[in-house]
Amino acid sequence: MWEYAPAPESRDIANLKPTYRMFVDGQFVEGAGEPLKTVNPGTEEVLAEVSTAAPADVDKAVKAARRAYDRVWGKMPGSERAKYIFRIARLIQERGRELAVLESLDNGKPIKESRDVDVPTAAAHFFYHAGWADKLGYAGYGPDPKPLGVAGQVIPWNFPLLMAAWKIAPALACGNTVVLKPAETTPLTALVLAEIIQQADLPPGVVNILPGAGDVGAAVTSHPDVDKVAFTGSTEVGKLIQRQLAGTGRKLTLELGGKAANIVFDDAPLDQAVEGIVNGIFFNQGHVCCAGSRLLVQESVAEELLEKLRVRVSTLRVGDPLDKNTDVGAINSREQLTKIQQLVETGDAEGAERWTSACPLPDKGFYFAPTVFSNVSQAMRIAREEIFGPVLSVLTFRTPDEAVAKANNTPYGLSAGIWTEKGSRILWAAQKMRAGVVWANTFNRFDPTAPFGGYQESGFGREGGRTGLEAYLDV
Amino acid sequence: MAAPSTSPSLPPALADAVRDDASLRRFLHGLPGVDQVGVEQRAAGLGTRSIKKAGKMWAIDTAIGMVDLTTLEGADTHGKVRSLAAKARRPDPEHPDVPQVAAVCVYPDMVETAVRELDGTGIDIASVATAFPSGRSSLKVKLEDTAYAVDAGATEIDMVIDRGAFLSGRYGQVFDEIVQVKHACRDAHLKVILETGELATYDNVRRASWLGLLAGGDFIKTSTGKVSPAATLPVTHVMLQAVRDWHTQTGELRGVKPAGGIRTTKDAIKYLVAVHEVAGPEWLTADLFRFGASTLLNDLLMQRRTQLEGHYSGPDYVTVD
Repeated sequence: MWEYAPAPESRDIANLKPTYRMFVDGQFVEGAGEPLKTVNPGTEEVLAEVSTAAPADVDKAVKAARRAYDRVWGKMPGSERAKYIFRIARLIQERGRELAVLESLDNGKPIKESRDVDVPTAAAHFFYHAGWADKLGYAGYGPDPKPLGVAGQVIPWNFPLLMAAWKIAPALACGNTVVLKPAETTPLTALVLAEIIQQADLPPGVVNILPGAGDVGAAVTSHPDVDKVAFTGSTEVGKLIQRQLAGTGRKLTLELGGKAANIVFDDAPLDQAVEGIVNGIFFNQGHVCCAGSRLLVQESVAEELLEKLRVRVSTLRVGDPLDKNTDVGAINSREQLTKIQQLVETGDAEGAERWTSACPLPDKGFYFAPTVFSNVSQAMRIAREEIFGPVLSVLTFRTPDEAVAKANNTPYGLSAGIWTEKGSRILWAAQKMRAGVVWANTFNRFDPTAPFGGYQESGFGREGGRTGLEAYLDV
Repeated sequence: MAAPSTSPSLPPALADAVRDDASLRRFLHGLPGVDQVGVEQRAAGLGTRSIKKAGKMWAIDTAIGMVDLTTLEGADTHGKVRSLAAKARRPDPEHPDVPQVAAVCVYPDMVETAVRELDGTGIDIASVATAFPSGRSSLKVKLEDTAYAVDAGATEIDMVIDRGAFLSGRYGQVFDEIVQVKHACRDAHLKVILETGELATYDNVRRASWLGLLAGGDFIKTSTGKVSPAATLPVTHVMLQAVRDWHTQTGELRGVKPAGGIRTTKDAIKYLVAVHEVAGPEWLTADLFRFGASTLLNDLLMQRRTQLEGHYSGPDYVTVD
């Protein structure tokens, strides 16, 4: 047997500091909230202490953002704004290794993903939107579209840096200023991004970053002087925010949960479909709102495909997020791990057939072995609720119409996957899917030029691409 | 169509596939397609595995033991083959613990020399045959070419398929040729060279792989080394998947040999990772995986020394042939 020797990335590269502070009006300052301790989910050790914002701090940050908007950023020519945004993009690339290691430490995702996906894509979002800053008149929203003002943004823990980039880059490109709250369990890379913003010499107050728990988020989204709210996270919280903002006239975009169907037709390229299924549900430990968590496979190839899938999933290496050969890292928090375990138990109780990879798991840290449920029916909780973990539910279908009906039979509608070698079937199925993103013969591919967003309980509004600019322009 | 030598053990579905020309065609065209973007993405992804320390040392020694040390030049001499054989027996004279290579690979007229030099060493003597590298000759000449090499003592035959026939859809003809060459091999192992650089698509690579396996090839091999591109990682992925699927359906283990263009230890390790994770750990043996290479061996030796001595040494510290 060939054992790969451990190949851990050095954690020194992360430049981890014992304490981190919030970023308001161009300065790192102590917040008045109760400091939080952020934990490395791979080992359960405390990484750093982070000061958090109190309601008064939120007010201070919004005032700073308003000032920056009125005095500098809102009236700066787009070509000038672009220079700052390009600078941020380049600095993210320069500090890419540091950001990647820090992201893996704080979030638990494997270093190969933070290194090859999160950080490069975050930089790509800044590059892409920097390009738009002086061309907004050609984006299709009138000759001289205006910014909205101050944007209040709240982001989740699954892609901490990347989500910050998704939110901040278009806001800045369109001329808005930002108050952003990173997730409670993963504040570190957003605060390094704040350092980068300082390094890029962005005028004070244009971007403010306030760590904290849900109460800080609520204070940001409900602040009366915020003109636009953008939230990525759970459907439950999204509904609360929408209720809060109803009737205020403030603009809102929500990117919420999902229970995406990945449909494999019998004429699919099976080996690559297996790769796509694995990438769809085990990428980032399944902590992906657009994860392909429901596999719909045509009856006639179901057995063959499942056999191949189990063999492939058995080769996934679960463990130390910093090891360069790790495929599946740590679950982000104990709370999330418990939630996954509970939902998996309902799968057992409701009679689905459970298969779990025999891979060894580390003794310490939050880990969950890749799991595949077969014989799942549409009525089971594991087929309806978002598990947000490395757990796949497999259903079968007989006819293409049945596949579409089952795929659309969910309150969500964020993404979908279609696997077939037949071009006409791809086009047919893509038109029928009620999902914001439809991938054909691939899955979980992200690009700043492609709009991303959902239907129904997956939220509304689009991020990325020309379409994504609309959310930050007064149109 | 001629009966393949393996037909008695084939499961009914596969036995049916080789019944006649039309069945063979239906079978090959009924194989699931290969998505180019997907297979290339997977190959690139696996290529980022970081193999260090003991894992790397194991990989280097294993790779050395899988090398088919090759010389296939018009200018080959008996002297060159003799020194190649010496290198095969003892790749690194200063480190006698370095494993022997798996085989030497030569043209048929050099087989006799290689046999003499390698007698009793356990190193296989592979000979290319069947009008290598183009395969452009009559079946009669190809079979005689094979018999000539086998009579001279070759223990492995690397044949080329008729790409012209394959690409024009005459699968039965290609199948028959392989079956007959296999017969002419007698006890020698047969490696079927697909020349994937001329097949152009991954779908074709998969079909040709299955064709080679159905006709009784012990190994499927990517290339002659005379056509560019020669071996690539994604092509090897497709072929490894084919032998894995073959095993699932028949229980038989067949081998894969990428050849041409693999020059560095880093490349070789990427291939071993693919063998390990696409086909499976049981393929990590010289019986089921080979590298067709000439310059690769020296880089493996240099990297092996680096692992042991902690510093790089130059190319002058390993023998040129």
